[in-house]
Amino acid sequence: MAKQINVALIGNPNTGKTSVFNQLTGLNQKVGNYPGITVEKKEGICKLPRGLKAHILDLPGTYSLNASSLDENVVIELLLNKSDKDYPDVAVVVSDVENLKRNLLLFTQIKDLGIPTILVINMADRMERKGISLDVDLLEERLKTKVTLVSARKNTGIDELKEAIINYRHISDEPCVNASIIAPEYFDRLRKAFPNQSLYKLWLVITQDVNFGNINRNEISSSELFETKSHTELKKLQHKETILRYQFINGVLKETMKVDASSAKDLRSRLDRVLTHKVWGYAIFFGILLLIFQAIYSWSSYPMDLIDETFAFLSEWIKTTLPAGAFTNLIAEGIIPGLGGIVIFIPQIAFLFFFISILEETGYMSRVVFLMDRIMRKFGLSGKSVVPLVSGTACAIPAVMATRNIESWKERLITILVVPFTTCSARLPVYLIIIALVIPDRAVWGFNLQGLTLMLLYLLGFGVAIGSAWILNLILNIKNRSHFVIEMPNYKLPMGKNIAINVVEKTKSFVFGAGKIILAISIILWVLASYGPGDNFNNASEIVSEQYDEQSNITEDELDEEIASFKLKNSYIGIMGRGIEPVVAPLGYDWKIGIAIISSFAAREVFVGTLATIYSVGSDEEETIKNRMAAEINPILGGPLFTFASGVSLLLFYAFAMQCMSTLAIVKKETNTWKWPVLQLVVMTLFAYFVALAAFQLLK
Amino acid sequence: MKLTLADLKRGERGIIKDFSEENIPLKLLEMGCLPGNEVQMLQMAPFRDPMYLNINGSHLAIRKEIALLIEIDLIS
Repeated sequence: MAKQINVALIGNPNTGKTSVFNQLTGLNQKVGNYPGITVEKKEGICKLPRGLKAHILDLPGTYSLNASSLDENVVIELLLNKSDKDYPDVAVVVSDVENLKRNLLLFTQIKDLGIPTILVINMADRMERKGISLDVDLLEERLKTKVTLVSARKNTGIDELKEAIINYRHISDEPCVNASIIAPEYFDRLRKAFPNQSLYKLWLVITQDVNFGNINRNEISSSELFETKSHTELKKLQHKETILRYQFINGVLKETMKVDASSAKDLRSRLDRVLTHKVWGYAIFFGILLLIFQAIYSWSSYPMDLIDETFAFLSEWIKTTLPAGAFTNLIAEGIIPGLGGIVIFIPQIAFLFFFISILEETGYMSRVVFLMDRIMRKFGLSGKSVVPLVSGTACAIPAVMATRNIESWKERLITILVVPFTTCSARLPVYLIIIALVIPDRAVWGFNLQGLTLMLLYLLGFGVAIGSAWILNLILNIKNRSHFVIEMPNYKLPMGKNIAINVVEKTKSFVFGAGKIILAISIILWVLASYGPGDNFNNASEIVSEQYDEQSNITEDELDEEIASFKLKNSYIGIMGRGIEPVVAPLGYDWKIGIAIISSFAAREVFVGTLATIYSVGSDEEETIKNRMAAEINPILGGPLFTFASGVSLLLFYAFAMQCMSTLAIVKKETNTWKWPVLQLVVMTLFAYFVALAAFQLLK
Repeated sequence: MKLTLADLKRGERGIIKDFSEENIPLKLLEMGCLPGNEVQMLQMAPFRDPMYLNINGSHLAIRKEIALLIEIDLIS
């Protein structure tokens, strides 16, 4: 069997690189992480004609080989390390026909590394509309490469690209630009000192602060044959290099590309006039947010109800079908409600990622960054913090990772610290079930009260995030130098395939990532709730029966229920729960909620699953979690446990407390110290406790 | 007084003359912000900050503090 061809897809952000990747690999792709770092690694297999196969690696988007972020480091590290198993046989540089000039900068750099490089000009279907004409043959000659015109959207040119990949050996590996003329003497000395290395590689090793597989940075700088240049000198040389490359590119494009501006129809400027308008821009942004949250709430409630009922039914069915015993109970009371607690998230997560990917795909997100930058800066954040804060509504983990393109360390750190306040999807089920219990399902002025409450909670999350950013901005004493540059991509219709793949990937990673923790905790909880120490637990039925001996009017069913609840109270979990009850009672909670809160320090979404598990132990009725919760009685005050006051108190606690181990772990990774995650855990949780306390005491 | 990018009004164009190299991020150069290239002001957020520009065909937004460092000649 022939060896797979290793292909690396490289390109600027917003060139449709991912669309090309999706067209090449279809669903035949997997997303993982690069070892040791949290940069997403996307790879897939592409079937080529004549029975050949290619391994396609979709590298993070970058504007050049001058890395300024972790994501960009990955690109250089791979391209400089020939012994890496993913080292490409051929590099495919994806460019966008409208920004060809800028895209070619990266192309010339990669070409200079001596890797056979195919240039893909994407969005070729737009050429006519934009009045662009290209002399492809001449372009191929000047750039010494194979050029393919592709439209990932219209699915044209992909077969040609596959053909070009098969024939990669015929592509010249000659460089386009001789970078050494920017400092001839310096490069001469380099050449003499390291005769076996590619000169341009050496230059990158010297200028980039990244890890390299086979070239040692120190070895170069300690070499006596030449003195290492100072940082400012190097930067000047990099500027020179960029100018040199643009001279080359301008020359090439003058010969090969014609733009007839008169035939260009500019939708962009018309849309921008409205969407980035001083008043309408903000009004539209707020309107879009409102629409999204109303949609998530009303659309996902149907599948969620269905899932809730299905799992309740399944539990009951297992109990009646399988022979009675500990094993059946474990499945019916531990595993199934636990699984239900995972599956019930899927509709909301899918809807949320659906909307977020539409905002990103269309290019609208950059306009939001533009609109919000000045306002966010007042609070020590950057316009680019909007993206993490909005993706934080899905999950804080990708949101913390999304802060990487914020240039200023201070703005980035503050964003990381406040992102966990935004309402992530793990809070959603907690909110939904409590809102359903304590907020009336009525419409006021056409708005559903429950939907409004949910929106209010989202706004509260944002508000507290921004407020604490403002405080942090005052406290943190970090020298701040901003290099804010953001590309405003052209507007595009979102591609269904990209959105679908994104939604499926994100949902899958949630189900399998968080799902494992939830399931494990559910099982542990079931064990703790089903067994207990001492006589009280083991002789529960005798003790309860004796108590009710004189009252002959108690029915068999009622007696069973009393026994079950007595057992639960004396199980391991009951003992633990009653132990912390004094701490949570002032907030209006009973010991069962206390247990749910403790277990949700692993992950918030465990809350509903925990209550489901605790309430199902010993329950025979086929009932939904919601109904069981509504029937709970407050042990101290009497009356229903879930009142308006205790409900609001719980909502606030979940809005503010830092209850997610995975977020803490990612913050540690991104900030490289335990200081910040520990600060988050302590401050957020104390704040949550006191706010919830105040709310319950004022409202009860 | 020297004219900078930050002085452009909406729709106005200029040619980039010069800038103090040390304070300009390399990324901006890579996006095409180089002496001799044309630049047009497209939109401004409230308080003229940030600014949305077309630099040499690239559509970018930058903050006022960087725009102030880039000298231009106005094209009328």
